[in-house]
Amino acid sequence: MTPPPGSLLAAEDLRKAYGPTLALDGAAFSIHPGEVVAVMGPSGSGKSTLLHCLAGIVPPDSGSITYAGRELAGMSDAERSALRRSEFGFVFQFGQLVPELTCVENVALPLRLNGTSRKQAERAALTWMERLEVDGLKDKRPGEVSGGQGQRVAVARALVTEPRVLFADEPTGALDSLNGERVMELLTDAARSTNAAVVLVTHEARVAAYSDREIVVRDGKSRDMERAV
Amino acid sequence: MSIGHTLLGLLESGPRHGYDLKRAFDEKFGHDRPLHYGQVYSTMSRLLKHGLVEVDGIEAGGGPERKRYAITDAGITDVERWLVTPEKPEEYLQSTLYTKVVLALLTERDASDILDTQRSEHLRSMRILTDRKRKGDLADQLICDHALFHLEADLRWLELTAARLDKLREAVTR
Repeated sequence: MTPPPGSLLAAEDLRKAYGPTLALDGAAFSIHPGEVVAVMGPSGSGKSTLLHCLAGIVPPDSGSITYAGRELAGMSDAERSALRRSEFGFVFQFGQLVPELTCVENVALPLRLNGTSRKQAERAALTWMERLEVDGLKDKRPGEVSGGQGQRVAVARALVTEPRVLFADEPTGALDSLNGERVMELLTDAARSTNAAVVLVTHEARVAAYSDREIVVRDGKSRDMERAV
Repeated sequence: MSIGHTLLGLLESGPRHGYDLKRAFDEKFGHDRPLHYGQVYSTMSRLLKHGLVEVDGIEAGGGPERKRYAITDAGITDVERWLVTPEKPEEYLQSTLYTKVVLALLTERDASDILDTQRSEHLRSMRILTDRKRKGDLADQLICDHALFHLEADLRWLELTAARLDKLREAVTR
């Protein structure tokens, strides 16, 4: 199947089972550069599995995923890892910051892992921390900052490599609504400024309202609401 | 919204002309629906008739827009009563949507399709409000938030109904 024209990341007919449980049952997806797409659906509908497959973290049992015209299944593990490190960014419900590192070291980490010097990496990290309004916390450790601040640090870390796709799995799930909305504002503004595509998994409508369109996943099947109407 | 009570409330800070009242109303509350002059004057004559406002002065030149209105003691009491009385929680869309879903189930149509389409329509409105909120001032943010929370409540009902469609089908086709 050919991916929709202009799409950066596209999937067709994805199937994935965990034992007897069918998590994905023919799901499809596509996203363009600079687009924010919400993946919605009830708990256990398969939305996180879809995100994990799209990000190359979990291989589907069948179906195709293409990123920038290349089949993910045709890549070696090393190529997929490199893709995740340099082209993809990740934000999860709980920031998952490294507790022993300061906030600026956390944000600089993906660049350090790609071989950037400490000085350069921390300079870039600080620029992103300023955009996310957390530069004042640079020397603090994750345990010393609030949930909302920690999540902004996590967003800065996800964006520091200027990924082409940002995967956000319930990024505001652990925050109150004011903090959650601020994180969404900053996240979508930052992603749009670099023309990154955002795959936003959420069950919250107020969070999904920051997207350009939504797909709904139910029983492992997806429905693209823009194309359906 | 009760336009009469809102205009009365605006008069509490001091007498105003009709056109001044309209301007104040539009600025503070009329983001989506500015008042027509006709509404202002028909409301003011009703308030006058009920003794809730009085004419405080008329500028030379005549015409209804030249009248200056002041709130009366009865008017202040009326505003006070309105402010402290809670609004009846409205049921908004549920009854219509419920009817559509049940009819779809009874006629063996795809009820989840109706719910998905409605969710999409709600999200479309929520995107517009979210965008307006991002660009607006605090007043805009609060007004949009109120609308957003209502839409969100509808959506929660949609999700719950979507999860219970099988049971609902059993119940209504029994």
